[in-house]
Amino acid sequence: MTTDLLTGREPEAGALPASGARQAWRRLRARKSALAAAAVLGLLVLIAVAAPLLAALEGQDANSYHDTLVDSARGGVPFGDFGGVSAEHWLGVEPGTGRDLFVRLVYGARVSLLVAVGATAVQILVGVGLGLAAALGNRFVESVLTHITDVMVAMPLLVFAIALMAVVPADFPRPVLLAIAIGLLQWGGMARLVRAQTMSLMKLDFVSAARLTGGSTWRVARRELLPSLAAPVITYAAVLLPTNIVLEASMSFLGVGVKPPTPSWGHMLSSATTWFRADPMYVLLPALMLFVTTLAFTVLGDGVRTALDPREASRLRVGRSRRKARTSGAGGAA
Amino acid sequence: MTGYLLRRAAGALGVLLVLSVVVYATFYIAPGDPARLACGPRCNPEQIAQVRDQLSLGDPVYLQFWHFLQGIVAGHDYSTGTAVLHCDAPCFGLSYQNNQQVTDMLIERLPATASLAVGAMAVSLLLGTATGLLSALRRGGATERVLTWLTLAGTATPVFISGLGLLMLFCAYLAWLPFPSYVPLTEDPEQWAWNMLLPWVALGLLESAKYARLTRSSLLETLAEDHIRTFRAYGVAERKLVTHHALRGAVGPVIALSAADFGSMFGGAILTEMMFGLPGIGALLVHATTTLDLPVVVAVVMVTGTAVVIANIVADVLYAAADRRVALR
Amino acid sequence: MTSEPRTSEPLVAVSGLSVAFPAGDGGRAGGGLVRAVDGLSFTVPQGGSLGIVGESGSGKSTAAYALLGLHRDTGAEVTGAVTVAGHDVQAADDAALRRLRGGVAAMVFQDPLSSLDPYQAIGDQIAEVYRVHRRDASRRAARARAAEVLDRVGIPDAARRARSRPHEFSGGMRQRALIAMALACEPRLLVADEPTTALDVTVQAQILDLLRDLRAETGMGLVLVTHDLGVAAGSVDELLVMKDGRAVERGPVRTLLDTPGETYTRDLLAAVPRVGVRRPGAGVRGAGADDAPLLEATGLTRRFGRGKDAVTAVDDVSLTVRPGETVGVVGESGSGKTTLGRMLVRLLAPTGGELRYRGRDIGGLKERELRAFRSELQMVFQDPVSSLNPRRSVGESIADPLRAAGKLDDAAIVARVRELLERVGLDPGVYHRYPHEFSGGQRQRIGIARALAPEPKLIVCDEPVSALDVTTQAQVVRLLGELQRDLGLALVFIAHDLAVVRQVSDRLVVMRGGRIVEEGPADTVYEEPRHAYTKGLLAAVPRLEGAEAPA
Repeated sequence: MTTDLLTGREPEAGALPASGARQAWRRLRARKSALAAAAVLGLLVLIAVAAPLLAALEGQDANSYHDTLVDSARGGVPFGDFGGVSAEHWLGVEPGTGRDLFVRLVYGARVSLLVAVGATAVQILVGVGLGLAAALGNRFVESVLTHITDVMVAMPLLVFAIALMAVVPADFPRPVLLAIAIGLLQWGGMARLVRAQTMSLMKLDFVSAARLTGGSTWRVARRELLPSLAAPVITYAAVLLPTNIVLEASMSFLGVGVKPPTPSWGHMLSSATTWFRADPMYVLLPALMLFVTTLAFTVLGDGVRTALDPREASRLRVGRSRRKARTSGAGGAA
Repeated sequence: MTGYLLRRAAGALGVLLVLSVVVYATFYIAPGDPARLACGPRCNPEQIAQVRDQLSLGDPVYLQFWHFLQGIVAGHDYSTGTAVLHCDAPCFGLSYQNNQQVTDMLIERLPATASLAVGAMAVSLLLGTATGLLSALRRGGATERVLTWLTLAGTATPVFISGLGLLMLFCAYLAWLPFPSYVPLTEDPEQWAWNMLLPWVALGLLESAKYARLTRSSLLETLAEDHIRTFRAYGVAERKLVTHHALRGAVGPVIALSAADFGSMFGGAILTEMMFGLPGIGALLVHATTTLDLPVVVAVVMVTGTAVVIANIVADVLYAAADRRVALR
Repeated sequence: MTSEPRTSEPLVAVSGLSVAFPAGDGGRAGGGLVRAVDGLSFTVPQGGSLGIVGESGSGKSTAAYALLGLHRDTGAEVTGAVTVAGHDVQAADDAALRRLRGGVAAMVFQDPLSSLDPYQAIGDQIAEVYRVHRRDASRRAARARAAEVLDRVGIPDAARRARSRPHEFSGGMRQRALIAMALACEPRLLVADEPTTALDVTVQAQILDLLRDLRAETGMGLVLVTHDLGVAAGSVDELLVMKDGRAVERGPVRTLLDTPGETYTRDLLAAVPRVGVRRPGAGVRGAGADDAPLLEATGLTRRFGRGKDAVTAVDDVSLTVRPGETVGVVGESGSGKTTLGRMLVRLLAPTGGELRYRGRDIGGLKERELRAFRSELQMVFQDPVSSLNPRRSVGESIADPLRAAGKLDDAAIVARVRELLERVGLDPGVYHRYPHEFSGGQRQRIGIARALAPEPKLIVCDEPVSALDVTTQAQVVRLLGELQRDLGLALVFIAHDLAVVRQVSDRLVVMRGGRIVEEGPADTVYEEPRHAYTKGLLAAVPRLEGAEAPA
């Protein structure tokens, strides 16, 4: 009844977001940082897609050794300045082996993005499915799924993922395995979010009204719930992407990720730890790529979050809201 | 309260039981022949058979699992052909690599991991909440924007990048610090602290970004609530609104997150341990994984799981203590 | 404080006040300004009282907030002059403004729960405010003062209850605590923004009494902002009617209510439902008692939760609805009326008792078995915002039950929806519009159209007009009455507002604590209530008329 003090607008007029996508897009475009991040990511995707093309352009490949370019007397440090930068090797060569750094970085982007996107897809699939099931299922289903989710959220992913690598056959393609492992181990947050969102949507009258139409539960879920879940799911996926990139890099860094000789930023950084005094370029390049990628994803994720719903940001901490809901539930009976 | 704790403990036991089933199935049943792994690559079939007998691998799966649980709860006796080796509870078996008791290996690694966890926690909590508080106090200003970008950069920097950077800067170029090599606290507290300094900062910086964001968002969320408007309408100064009223709302989430983080650090600070060569549990796990030392892998997963489950109960209790509105049920 | 203001000077002087908010997305995009208050002027004499009334969007709260300078630093553009007890609010620096807030003019907000700090004891919160304005006061003195004012506003055992946190208080006690906070520093002016809107009618009466007593005792002035003319009628000397940010009319309360000068005021007054007025044409068409009941609840019970936390929301309720009649259900918050309503249409399953629809027990049916009955039992919801899916066009929302039934083809469905839109008084061309483009009243009409779509026999209306302004309320109530007459619908009309229920009901059910305390023909219950609770409820309803209530 009263006017909202902060905005001066009637609660009736704008309490729920309008037909979302277009407005969100407008808000996203208004954020310069998000636009810049999107541009950086677009460039990265382009680089990853065009990796073979770029390699051909430079005239090098990822796995050829160039013994002549490294100084075996000094333990394999590349000849020349900046880690052996030359017209043939644009970003120099890898110490020890003399492999071309530019090509390896470019192919590394491919691995990094593929694993991260794949893992996020798995997380969305499993998280949305189980979250919906937990919210709509009966008491037994709900309690089982909630407990499993609690375990999944709590467990340190890296420990499990590393442990898993010990038992999976060595000939299984590693990037695929990484995507599946990260995805299957890290869906807990998504499931919690979807469950909490669904539960609060179920309390809204338009869902009750839809139930009164006599349609099946699946019909109600598909027509009323899924469209409203899209925004929070996209937002959370945008948060998960950079996490997944770092996870892949971390596992490769530890030697349990992508198998050499497949190029990976994490793996390059790990071998760089022994070279950083003699060849700092070898540290800086993959570190910079990884940092820029993660930062761009994080900034874009932040932008998407505020664009889709300014108030959504707070709801992302679903662990907390679950506890709050438990306390306020008693009064909601009548 | 007691009833709550009992119920949570029962729930935790259930979770750990499920975890042990999953872990056992994944590591002892799925990968094929543990006896071959335990015996090593140069074993002949007879030796493998002997090992299989030792590990009771001929028994039905449920019986093997029962023995596994029994070992954890009550200990286990291993016959090594002639002698009987007793393994005290909690027994996770013997390492495939050196026949050492896995539990002893873990205990040996614990001090380094604990040192890292405690110090990094302190750094991240102090730095994170201070940053979050400052950016909430200076909201709308240049300070906030700088801090927001710093925390964004912090969350985007994996620990092996920041760690590498710190090593290059302080140990290689400036040479202010020695390259870290772990010295136990009991041996030489001063050297312990100097050597832990970089790992603490590296891990603490990363974690502090998380706390800064959480503190800031909790503060801003509370500042938008109606009761803040009430005190503003009664002449309470803006700074006091943040420190006296809004901060209370941020305490609960921060404490809860830090308790949960602390639990997961017992297995999760792997990268930092590897980066700085700390002989901790995480480094043990990586080594065990690359050498396929399954009992060690299983033990680390179980111990980490237990730490996390306990930490989560502690987190919930602390959260409820900070927010009196939350009733523990 | 500063100098003692002269008595000739008015307590509040507002002239040419305008408040504008930046429009658009959080003010980021370069939108224009929305003028919430536009050239408002009024005065309140020392110790006087003014009621600012108006419908939503009239700018009444915005104007009240300006009295304490609460728009400062919010991005709002404030022009004009505001003087409170000799202090120029617009010109005051931040420190002076803080001294004014609470010390000279104190504010009471609408929602007492969210307006108090949930983490701190109520006494401490009051003590904190006291020490902001009395810097020399010790902690102990501030605590004593808190207990004193809490005692004054009628909190029993105040010294001990001062240590309670807000969630341990009831709604009425919280509002008393907020008023105590306002009293702490002996302000000269109390600004109350919808202070009783979140409260039940009996508690509302107590709070209004308290405000009257306090004014008589302390001589402080009052600015009361309310949408409810009845609340204002008994509490203030003067009224200011606002519309679209401007003053429509201002004058002594009785004069203005009895002989309104402006058309808008007259319309507003005409729309206010009167609890003392019979429903026009009531009794003429009440359903015959011999009709077979449409819906029959026997011993209906609903419990939530398990073990010692279990709450019985509806407890052994028996109720009969016959074809074509309207059963009004009234009760305060927590009476279980909404739970009952949701059980009647089987959105909720009863945990006990029997629910028969045309003789068939539907109380225990599973979701799948219920589908056959869904079309005949419909519901109109309270909240016009959440009852329509914001991501679907209103036409599709209305078409939903028709599509689910699958009997009509697409063209027939669209034609039927257009017909329904027209039937509820909307342009059939709005089919493809989205909910946010409609006002609250229009959305309720859409909700009614949706309920009508499957041609139901009974509609449960759960507080269908409580979120609407009085003029819109009257229109929607009239629409429901017409539809019922034309279509022969049975209605269950649930509301907390006794006057609104009287406008529509043939029979009345009064609920309290999950049980029915009184039941009977509507006029009988209103005019000769038997149960003490009903009597109290009726006595607490604020009335526009003077002391006497015409029959």
